[in-house]
Amino acid sequence: MTAVQATVLVVVALGGGAVVLSRDPARQALVTSVFGLSLAALFFVFQAPDVALSQIVVGAVALPAMILLALGKIRRRERAAEQKR
Amino acid sequence: MVVFGCGAAGFAALLAWGLAGLPSFGHFDGAYGQLLAHITVPERKATSVIAVTTFDFRGFDTLGEEFILFTAAVGVLVLLRLQRGEEQVPADPQTPREPVAESLSLRSVATALVGPVLVLGIYVVAHGALTPGGGFQGGVVLMSSFLLVYLAGSHLRLGGSRPITAMEVAEATGAAGFVLIGLGGLVLAGTFMENFIPAGTRGSLLSGGDVPLFNIAVGLEVMGALLVVLGELLDQRLLTRKESD
Repeated sequence: MTAVQATVLVVVALGGGAVVLSRDPARQALVTSVFGLSLAALFFVFQAPDVALSQIVVGAVALPAMILLALGKIRRRERAAEQKR
Repeated sequence: MVVFGCGAAGFAALLAWGLAGLPSFGHFDGAYGQLLAHITVPERKATSVIAVTTFDFRGFDTLGEEFILFTAAVGVLVLLRLQRGEEQVPADPQTPREPVAESLSLRSVATALVGPVLVLGIYVVAHGALTPGGGFQGGVVLMSSFLLVYLAGSHLRLGGSRPITAMEVAEATGAAGFVLIGLGGLVLAGTFMENFIPAGTRGSLLSGGDVPLFNIAVGLEVMGALLVVLGELLDQRLLTRKESD
């Protein structure tokens, strides 16, 4: 195992911890996006460029975007419910 | 806490035990990997072993995966559209959309990125048989370029009054195209998904037989499916925003 691979593994481990430890869901979505990017680097360093390519877009763009959209929808519904009370 | 501690310790011990038995990195010695690495380039003239494996040697699996995505997208559509009917709020995509992002710099950057990202997506789809990448990766990149159009808001607007309809067509065309290419193999070469196109010369854009065609079909399908899902979610967002005003 080379130094690059070890570094990326450590970064991924730290990123995973950061995702779990951030409590605010909106912030968590953004941390997930950065974590997805580090995962892409991990796949690339371990010689899987195909998986890395899809991970960049799915993990760093599509997944956080869907989480944020869902969050926005839930919040708006909650606000509407509060107004009705 | 004690139970969690015991569980975590046991899991860590098992994981360490398992990891100790792995072959070291770069010393894989499975029979199929060696076989595929040796016959792909001579037989199919395509340099991306992964693309040839997914679309040729185990193409039937990919067909299944393709339809998992298709079914998932259709399921999301059914869920979201039913809800729209329940709320009795007519969706109105004809009116020009308000700019989503308030920040001018964000809109400018998004506008500038649309073209390059679109070209990159097409490149990744087209070179699927040669370099890493292919239909799925390229399709997702294409999807993000359309997402950028949405972010760019008032600077750019998709032609066509109903982009979602166009995306549904793209999704269906991709899924149907994949099956039709497979059926072409059945008709012209005798077996479902058998290669029926001359393999071409190694390294040129049109090499690998029907692998580039499969890549284009999958690219269309993935782009359409993701955009339909995202578009429906965004529509919902706009709808609920209108309601609360």
